[in-house]
Amino acid sequence: MSKPIKKKVFGLMAEYETPKGIFHACEKVRDAGYQKWDSYTPFPVHNLDKAMGLPPSILGWIVFICGMTGASCGMLLQWWTSTIEYPVIIAAKPYFSYQAFVPVTFELGVLLASFGAVFGMLGLNRLPQWYHSCFNSERFARVTDDKFFICIEASDPKYDPERTRKLLESTGAAHIEEVED
Amino acid sequence: MAAFDELDPLSGRKVLVENNLTFHDVTEAVAAPIEIPNARWWGFFIVSVMMLGLLLVSLGWLFWEGVGIWGLNNPVDWGWAIVNFVFWVGIGHAGTLISAVLFLFRQKWRTSINRAAEAMTIFAVICALLFPTVHTGRPWFIYWPLPIPNQMGMWPNFRSPLLWDVFAVSTYFTVSLLFWYVGLIPDLATMRDRAKTTTRKIAYGIFSLGWRGSTRHWQHYEKAYLILAGLATPLVLSVHTIVSFDFAVSQLPGWHTTIFPPYFVAGAIFSGFGMVLTLLVPLRSWFKLENLVTIKHLENMAKIILVTGTMVGYAYGMEFFIAWYSGNPYEQFAFANRAFGDYWWAYWIMISCNVISPQLFWFKAIRRSPLLLFIISIFVNIGMWFERFVITVTSLHHDFLPSSWDYYSPTFWDMTTLIGSFGLFFTLFCLFVRFLPTIAMAEVKSVMPQADPHFGEDGHHE
Repeated sequence: MSKPIKKKVFGLMAEYETPKGIFHACEKVRDAGYQKWDSYTPFPVHNLDKAMGLPPSILGWIVFICGMTGASCGMLLQWWTSTIEYPVIIAAKPYFSYQAFVPVTFELGVLLASFGAVFGMLGLNRLPQWYHSCFNSERFARVTDDKFFICIEASDPKYDPERTRKLLESTGAAHIEEVED
Repeated sequence: MAAFDELDPLSGRKVLVENNLTFHDVTEAVAAPIEIPNARWWGFFIVSVMMLGLLLVSLGWLFWEGVGIWGLNNPVDWGWAIVNFVFWVGIGHAGTLISAVLFLFRQKWRTSINRAAEAMTIFAVICALLFPTVHTGRPWFIYWPLPIPNQMGMWPNFRSPLLWDVFAVSTYFTVSLLFWYVGLIPDLATMRDRAKTTTRKIAYGIFSLGWRGSTRHWQHYEKAYLILAGLATPLVLSVHTIVSFDFAVSQLPGWHTTIFPPYFVAGAIFSGFGMVLTLLVPLRSWFKLENLVTIKHLENMAKIILVTGTMVGYAYGMEFFIAWYSGNPYEQFAFANRAFGDYWWAYWIMISCNVISPQLFWFKAIRRSPLLLFIISIFVNIGMWFERFVITVTSLHHDFLPSSWDYYSPTFWDMTTLIGSFGLFFTLFCLFVRFLPTIAMAEVKSVMPQADPHFGEDGHHE
């Protein structure tokens, strides 16, 4: 018989009752210098990313590049088909009647920018990710309802079962538990 | 019905969630009705599916026999298919206005109505896309307007407003669907975490993509939401502008006017809010959502109907003024014929429903009565359908050549197709209210006073 497998610890999870509670707790964890940790809330708590010390999202740049790609491809497509591939005189207009090409250019720009926003957001968030260690906690099911959580991961260099637990206790957590990986 | 709204003690503004609900109460209020079977729901669903069946029969006969089954004749070669298309696309616009434009203007009351309104948008655009697809007579060639390399070596004519329409409406549908789905992800996760049956766990689990409410995720999520709102705002204005180009870019008196784009956009928002009220007034009472969709929400929507209805009335008047001021007898005839010609009855139905009925919303008691709101919203729906009928048919039936003038009447199959499209719309809406959260729970929670991280700290309120 093999030895009983020792469960690996993912991290320490603290539970809070209010947005105010988790906001000040995040400030304390940030100031204690932890890197590999996260907070979990049922709705976006205003400025919680700043309380955690996160850098701003780069999504805007992704969307800008996608939108410009869409718009320029839209204009190029219309230019190429109307002047080179299939030149037909319609209503005595020039082949490259760019004024009439504005709507399709605009629509394709918006379309690709939206793809950039949605799929860029999912990519930055590494979603879909149907398994995550946090789901091993039964109490964590309330995160999509009305409870607020902080989880400090065991892979953080500053992680220490005793000291990290003490820190979380000092933030006024309602409940603290160890989560398995 | 309360005569006065509850006020937020800190900001002094009207509260968005009444009777001091907690976060958990909001989840229960929204999620519980879609977790239990409902006899009334089945009644509506069965009627809707029967109407959908009528649509399928009508389309089957249409594909078998051709567009000759409709009442089209020589001058009126654009009939109910285009009328219904513009009607349904217009309905969709209120959903995007609520979800995107009101978001950019930081109108927090939008949070409890945006989910249902966006669903309405998507289903309305599906109904709209149906009509141009089937009215071609050979719907299996519907891919021709798309720029796909083909064996004929032909490419679409990018100078045609009808082609712009293909791009505008399909982009609009795609972006609306993405926006709606992004908004749904956190609420689908709520449904997953509450699910009692395995089927629900798996279904909600797959579509919630493993959402866990991480702040690192919320950060990108909120940015994506803001950007989508910023993209959807010019998009929605462009869509009905381009729909109006279908008419305005042609040379026909009564269509060839520069007022069409703003006038169509105002009319679209007007009709869409009418449909939002038609759907939400019964829904809030049957699903017991009165604490979330309060009288104040209904009153706000009534005010938007009043504003946009007045804008539409102004546009009707301005069209006549410009026709007179132009000094062009053909233009003048087109408008005199519109109001006093063969279709005078349609014109005055339109005026009564669109210009007169919303003026009742000047009275606060009417704005705050769900029953009256529902009744007037039906008038708005009828009026806006007639507006598109009037624009299309009165301009066409007396066109350039008097010898070809004719009177246009719909046939039985025109009517069944329109009724059937309502069946499609209500079937989709019934499925939506049965399986998806009808109110954006995460968004409503985020605008409640206790969601503020400084709530309860004395004196401070950011």
